[in-house]
Order: sequence, then C-alpha cells, then structure tokens
Amino acid sequence: MAKKQTINKQTTTKQKTGKSLMQKEKKFRVLLKNKTKLVITVITSLGLLSLLSGCNMTLLDPKGIIAAAEKQLLIDSTLLMLIVVIPVIILAVVIAWKFRASNSQSKYSPNWSHSTILELVWWAIPMVIILILAVMTWRSTHKLSPYRPLDVKGKPMIVQVVALEWKWLFIYPEQDIASVNFLQIPVDVPVRFLITSDAPMNSFAIPSLAGQIYAMGGMQTRLNVLATETGDYRGFSANYSGDGFSGMHFVTRVSSLNDFNQWVNTVKQSPSRLSIDAYNKLAKPSEKQPVEYFSSVQNKLFKLTIMKYTTPGIANPDGSIKDNLTLTNGK
Amino acid sequence: MFGKLTLDAIPFNVPIIMGAGIFMAVVVLIVVAALFYFKKWKWLWTEWLTSIDHKKIGIMYIILAYVMFLRGFVDAVMMRSQQAIAVGHSSGYLPPEHYDQIFTAHGVIMIFFMAMPFMFGLLNLAVPLQIGARDVAFPYLNSLSLWLTVISAILVNISLVIGKFAATGWLAYPPLSELSYSPGVGVDYYIWALQISGIGSLLSGINFFVTIIKMRCPGMTLMKMPVFTWTALCAMILVILAFPILAATLGMLLFDRLFGMHFFTMTAGGNMMMYINLIWAWGHPEVYILILPAFGVFSEVVATFSRKRLFGYATMVGATVVIAFLSFVVWLHHFFTMGAGANVNAFFGIATMIIAIPTGVKIFNWLFTMYRGRVTYSTPMLWTIGFIITFAIGGMSGVLMAVPGIDFQVHNSLFLIAHFHNVIIGGVVFGYFAGFIYWFPKTFGFKLNEKIGRYVFACWFIGFYVAFMPLYILGLMGMTRRLNHYPASTGWHPYLVVAAIGVAIIACGILLQIIQLLVSIKHRNDPDYKDTTGDPWDGRTLEWSIPSPAPFYNFAVTPEVHGIDAYWETKERLKHGSSAKEKPHYKDIHMPKNTAAGFIIGMAFGVFGFAMTWHIFWLAGVAGIVIFATILRRAFDPHIDYYLKAKDVEKFENDFANGVRHY
Repeated sequence: MAKKQTINKQTTTKQKTGKSLMQKEKKFRVLLKNKTKLVITVITSLGLLSLLSGCNMTLLDPKGIIAAAEKQLLIDSTLLMLIVVIPVIILAVVIAWKFRASNSQSKYSPNWSHSTILELVWWAIPMVIILILAVMTWRSTHKLSPYRPLDVKGKPMIVQVVALEWKWLFIYPEQDIASVNFLQIPVDVPVRFLITSDAPMNSFAIPSLAGQIYAMGGMQTRLNVLATETGDYRGFSANYSGDGFSGMHFVTRVSSLNDFNQWVNTVKQSPSRLSIDAYNKLAKPSEKQPVEYFSSVQNKLFKLTIMKYTTPGIANPDGSIKDNLTLTNGK
Repeated sequence: MFGKLTLDAIPFNVPIIMGAGIFMAVVVLIVVAALFYFKKWKWLWTEWLTSIDHKKIGIMYIILAYVMFLRGFVDAVMMRSQQAIAVGHSSGYLPPEHYDQIFTAHGVIMIFFMAMPFMFGLLNLAVPLQIGARDVAFPYLNSLSLWLTVISAILVNISLVIGKFAATGWLAYPPLSELSYSPGVGVDYYIWALQISGIGSLLSGINFFVTIIKMRCPGMTLMKMPVFTWTALCAMILVILAFPILAATLGMLLFDRLFGMHFFTMTAGGNMMMYINLIWAWGHPEVYILILPAFGVFSEVVATFSRKRLFGYATMVGATVVIAFLSFVVWLHHFFTMGAGANVNAFFGIATMIIAIPTGVKIFNWLFTMYRGRVTYSTPMLWTIGFIITFAIGGMSGVLMAVPGIDFQVHNSLFLIAHFHNVIIGGVVFGYFAGFIYWFPKTFGFKLNEKIGRYVFACWFIGFYVAFMPLYILGLMGMTRRLNHYPASTGWHPYLVVAAIGVAIIACGILLQIIQLLVSIKHRNDPDYKDTTGDPWDGRTLEWSIPSPAPFYNFAVTPEVHGIDAYWETKERLKHGSSAKEKPHYKDIHMPKNTAAGFIIGMAFGVFGFAMTWHIFWLAGVAGIVIFATILRRAFDPHIDYYLKAKDVEKFENDFANGVRHY
C-alpha cells in the first residue's frame, strides 16, 4: 500500500513539474521585456523547481537501506545546522539595516568592542551544535562504513566489480557469469561488491542504493548494499578517469529473486566466454560500450586483475594478463 | 634538436583553440605596438619590470590575477554552455579531449593564477603600509616571486597553442597523470607551471613572514597588529609549511614520468594513494591560505565602514590561529571514499567540523561590529554583507560534507562543486574584490565609481546564486562532476540551463567591472573620485595616515603606534586637540635599488620549464646556466641600495601636501 502511494505521488508531482515548466516558459516570454523582473523570475522559478522536483532527487529517494540511512543523516544534519545559519542570515540583514548611517535613532558606541558574556555565548552555540553533530558522525561513520557487513540475516551475494577504460565489468563468481555495463541484483538480499580497477582510478557509485567507494588498481575495496525496492537505478563512475569517462554509466536492475535467477539463465545462454584472452580484449580502451554477457568466467580472473599490478610474472609487458598462466590452487 | 616538439604540436585544425591563440597574439601585438607608438619601453622597463617597490609589484600581481581570471572565466563559460547543450544525443561542441583540458585549466588557473596572485597582490599593497614599514624584508625576492608566477601563467597559456594542457583534473591524480595513461606533454606543462609558481609562492611566503615578524614599526606589538596583517601572517605560515609538500609531490610525479620511477604508479610497488594524501596535505591548507586574508579584509572593511572598533579583536586573532592550525589536520576529508576505516574517517570528519566553531565565532564578531555602529553601504561593505550571507550557506554545506556518511553520497558530485564555489566565490573572491576597492585609492590616488560598483555587486551576488544553487540540486539528483555529456532521462538539463543563465549574469558583472575601471580612470581627477586626503574612508590603520597614492618610500617618518586602531586613535586625539601637530623631523631613508635580476631569472625559468616539458635538454641547460649566473651576479653585486636624503624627503612631502603627484 505504502509503496503504491509513493509511486502515485511521484507520478503526480512529475506531471506537476511538467505543467509548471510550461507555465514557467510562458511567463518567461512575457517578462522578457523587463530586466529586473526577469531576474526575479529566474530566482523564483528556481525556488519553485527545487520544491516541486523533490521526488526526482536520487539522494532523497533512496532504494536501499544504506542510502536511506545516509539520506536521514543528511536531513538531520541540515536541520541541526539551520538552527545557526538562519539566524545568522537574518541578523546580518537586520543589523546592517538597523545600524545604517542614515538612521540617527540607533545607538552608536564606537568604542564598544568587547563583551565576555556575548563572546562566550557565541563560542558556546556552535560548540554545542558541533558536539551533537560529532556524536552523530562518530556513530553513523561506523554504522555506514562500506566495509561493515549489514545487520541482516543471510549470507551476502558476491559481485566482483572491475572498472575498465571506460566501462564496468561485473563478475558473479557464485553464478559463474559476467556482464559489462549492466548489473542485476535481487531485492531484499544483501549484496557485497568487491571492487578494483584495471584502469585509472574510478569511483563505483549507485546513489539509489548506497554511497560510493573508489576503485583502484592493484587494490580491492568493498561495498555492502541491500536494495529494498525493485526498479532500474543509475550507476556510474564518480571519479574522472579519462576521455571516455562520461559514458561510463550502467543500469542497475533490482528485481525479484525469481527474475534474477531467470536473468542468470539468460546470461548462461550467451555464446561468449570470459577467458583471459577475451578479458584482455575487453580491457582495451573503448567508449560507450554496449551491454555484453559472458556465460562463464575464467577461474580467479578477478584476483588476476588485482595481482597483475602487485605480483611480477602475471602481466605481459603491454599490461595484458598472460594467457598461459598455470593457475594452481595456491595462486 | 627540439626534443618532442614538432609542428604537429600546434592544433591548426581546431578552430576554437586557433581562435583563442590568434586572439592572444593580437592582444600581445596591440600592447607591443602601443609601447612602440607611445615610446614607453624604457618606462616599462625602469618603472615596472625591474621595480622592487612592493606597491608596484602588488599592482602587477593584481593585473595578472585579473587577466588570468578572464581566461579562467572563459573556461567556465565553455563548460557551462557545453553542459547546457550536451544532453541526450547531442554531444555538444566540445569533444572530451578538449573539454577535459578546459576543466583542468579552469581549476589550475583560478587557484594558482587568479586567487594566489590576487592574494599576494593585496598583501603587497597593504601589509607593509599597515605595519609602518618602508618595504618588504627582501624586495628583490619579492620581484623574483612575481616573475616566477607570471612566467608560469604564461606557460599555461602557451600550452593552449603549442601542444596540450593536462586533461587530468586540477590535481592530476595518478595513475591517470602517469606516463602510461597521459603520455603527452599536458601533464609536464602542468608540473612545470605549478612547480615554478610554487617556488614563487614559497619565496613570497618567507618574505612576508619575515616582513611581518621583523619590520613592524615601534610600538606595534603582535597584539596591536591590524587583523589583515594577522591573517596574512597565519596564511604565510601555512604557505611556508604547505608549499614544500606540493614541490615534493610534483617532484615525485615528475620523476615517475621522466626517469621511469614508481612513486605513484600502479605497478612495481608504487601507490597512488600516497599522492592523493600528499597533494591534499598541501591542498587543504592552500584553501585556508586563500580564505584567511579574505577574512582579514572583511575585518578591516567592517570596522571602517561601521565606524566602530572591530568587535573581539583578541578572539578574532585567536580564531584565525586556531583555523590555521586545524587546516593541517583535516586533509583526509577530501577522500573519505578511498577506503579508510571508520575510525580514521570519523576522526577527520569531526576535526573538519570543529573548524566551523572559530569560523562561526568570526561571523558573530563581524555582525556585532556592525551592531551599534554607523554602517555606510559603500561597495566594500556590500561585498562584506554579501559574504556573510553566502558564506553561512557555503559553510553549512561544507560541514554536511564533513560527515563521512553524507560525503559517500555527495563526494565528487555537483553538490561538492556548488560547495567549494560557494565558499571560494562567496568568501575569497568577494573578499579580494572588497579589498581591491578598499585599497584602490591608496594605490592609485582615486576611488572607483561607486554606482557602477553597486551594479557589479548585484550582478555577482544574484549571478552566483542562479549559477550555483542549481548545482546543489543537481548534486542531490546524483550528477557527478566533469561530465562531458549525459542522457536526457536524468532530468538534469533544465537546472544546467539555469546555471548557464547564472554564468551570463556573472559575465555582466565582469563586463561592468571593466567599465567601472575605465570610467573611474577617465574621471580620476574629478573631486568625486580624487583622494586628496589620503584617507578616503575615514580609516583606522596606518596606511591611511600617508598620502594617496603612497609615496615610494611609504612613510616619511617612521610612525609609532600605541593601540590597535593606530591612525583612528591619532585622529581622535587631534580632534580633541590634545596634541598639536609638530613639524616632522626627517631623516635619510635607506632604499633598495631596482634590479633586473628577478625579471631575468623569471624569464629564464619560463624557458627552462618549456624546454623540460618538451625534453629540449640543451635549452634547459642554457636556461639553467642563465638562472645560476644571474643569481651569482646579484649575490656579489654591492650596489643594491641608496639613501634618499632628508631634504629630498621633505621636498616630496611638501609636494604631496600641495597636491603635486610624482607618479
């Protein structure tokens, strides 16, 4: 029920936004004649837009438990700080106006420049607020650490993520499949991403589900998420990594477990296999790469993408992974 | 013979770059032609290029800042218009390889060649006068710092036409900036431009530190220094501590690229995270180096235009020192998302938000300086009030991002872009503009047009909000920075159009600033503009006690101070007739001689940087020899100073009193 309502709300506000946009455009044309009014319209329309489009804001419309906690933190901290910020802005205007030179009614004490009590007050106010915020920060930072396993039952599903020039490779070791620029995960199941980069530094971001974490070569970072609602969400790189960076985004599809399993089966039908050779080809720079599926994956490929930077003898001189590695269990 | 440099390095087929190159060439040609036509070469050389007068060096710094500001702003306009166009199937008018250079250049130029020169310019104009000194401690070093900065700025502009600039983002994170991913000369231009200007900044930092510590006039104890000088002192300490880190970091990146070393590479044990830590260990203090002097300007302006003592002087000084200290223990907040543990992230997050406390105290002190004052809305005061409002918002978004849980979401998003423009434009730029208008009459002897100045402020203030508030919203919508194009389904487009309109409003402000300057120059001898008293704002500190423009020897008689608002107190005493003005007793003044050494070394460094960028090693060797020889020659030159005779001082002072100008 609740979900349905929010969806309805979303659609109506979307219509509203569309309407208001059209109205705004009309208004715009009429007012173009008047310069000062134009400025006012721009500002007010901006305010209106920001109010009306609240529901388009990914960060305020979370679809995962981590993102939801991060949203709450954002709102709480903002409100806490507005306690000082709003009075300061009002004071700035009021004091500057009240004590203007032309107002001879106001008191003038040119040598009044110290008051211990007053100064203590405004050391104290920000201190109290920052103290509260610091406690919130300490707690939330530990709770929302991307490395920390989530407080939910069940073993997390593992997805290995490799940032390449300029696309994302997702390897599902448990399912033995892989996909490029498309990520599907089941709803209400904890998922653990293991992230690395075989390219310049990137940042793995799906803001609807959780905050980002860097993807760095020769290293592995982690991110735990739990999606709470099905749907398609935007995923992308949030750290500039070269010319093809802007095209480095992917669809994250959160589906029911059934649909997920079905998708796995579809991928299993794919004729391509992610061998070392296929990986080396994939790793070559390319822009706006289309979605691609691999029905099986070379054993320990993810490890090799990390080890090629840390262990001698894995990579060829050109940086590709050697094809004839004897992959013993030890490695 | 020419290293990697061939004719192919010039992008003849890219109309935008060639247009910009031709435009720059035309401007240079016009300036050169004008110098020939008006026979001003000798004047340029003796009065400016070889000058070691801190006031002239300050003017040249600010000219450089304004010119580079225009260049950086053009970059901003190009980025904003690209993002307003490149939605859906349209890829806009800038291909990624060009766009990437533009956002890199925008950041580098605005921080290193706009904000830094502007800051040093204001310091040069005001600090020696505020502390009653005749010049800075090392006048020749001051000139050298200027020319090192100028030549680095020129190097960046040369990269536009010959070769490419870095396409790595303004901090050139490896491994993207390593040879394997950026094989071109762009990153080398970046390294050399920053390295050379960094040396200049470091030398300037030492220079002003020594000046403020050693050259204050009698009676001016540390706790009687004007607040601007205090903030300058703290900023210079930060320069001295932070800039060596930058030099070392860029040096290691250079070694990686030049000698195949592995400080920051992904392979062979290098680690990119080390670079990111080091560059921010410089980068975070750097933003405080920029903002602290701006805080100082606001403190001077708010007291002067409220005709009231600055509220809580001791607290202001204390808060400045605390901010300076804290700025060194927060660098990690620039990369909470790099995978550090929760304890580390939480520590740096909390350390960051603690900075909000002294900053908040400062804001209250400024507000209560106005309280029970007589506030006149001259343009410097408008910028100050605009700053308080804008900075409160920017500070809030900054504290938000100091919470790691929030930062994981907004890091690298347009929310971040909105935040740092909020504090850099709303704080640094507003502050430097206020300072420029405030000290303009002291420097040139006439005021800037107030009426146009109000329009300038209105355009900037409104334009800022229209340009950057949408960016906060876009950040919350999940838009990341440095995107060249984006799908229409994101719904970002209307906001980016609004932001582009905001940039257009700011452009009007900049145009009006140029008009303001021209109109004011035209009317400089009108009574409304001309500053005959030397004290146009009813000022409080020593710089207003001498004629405008300040004589080249600054103070005919070294002043002696007894309080914080030294000149204000003198005026009060005179008003109450407690001490009659005696005839001053002039003495010979020890003055430094002009020198071409700074200019020559600067130019040679430019050649050196260019040669190293293109691997023309013989040329780099020649330039190195020139640098070394010039330094030696200057070091063994005994004729570097002279005495200005007491009777000449008296003659100059009488002339000033009668309104005769010598320059």
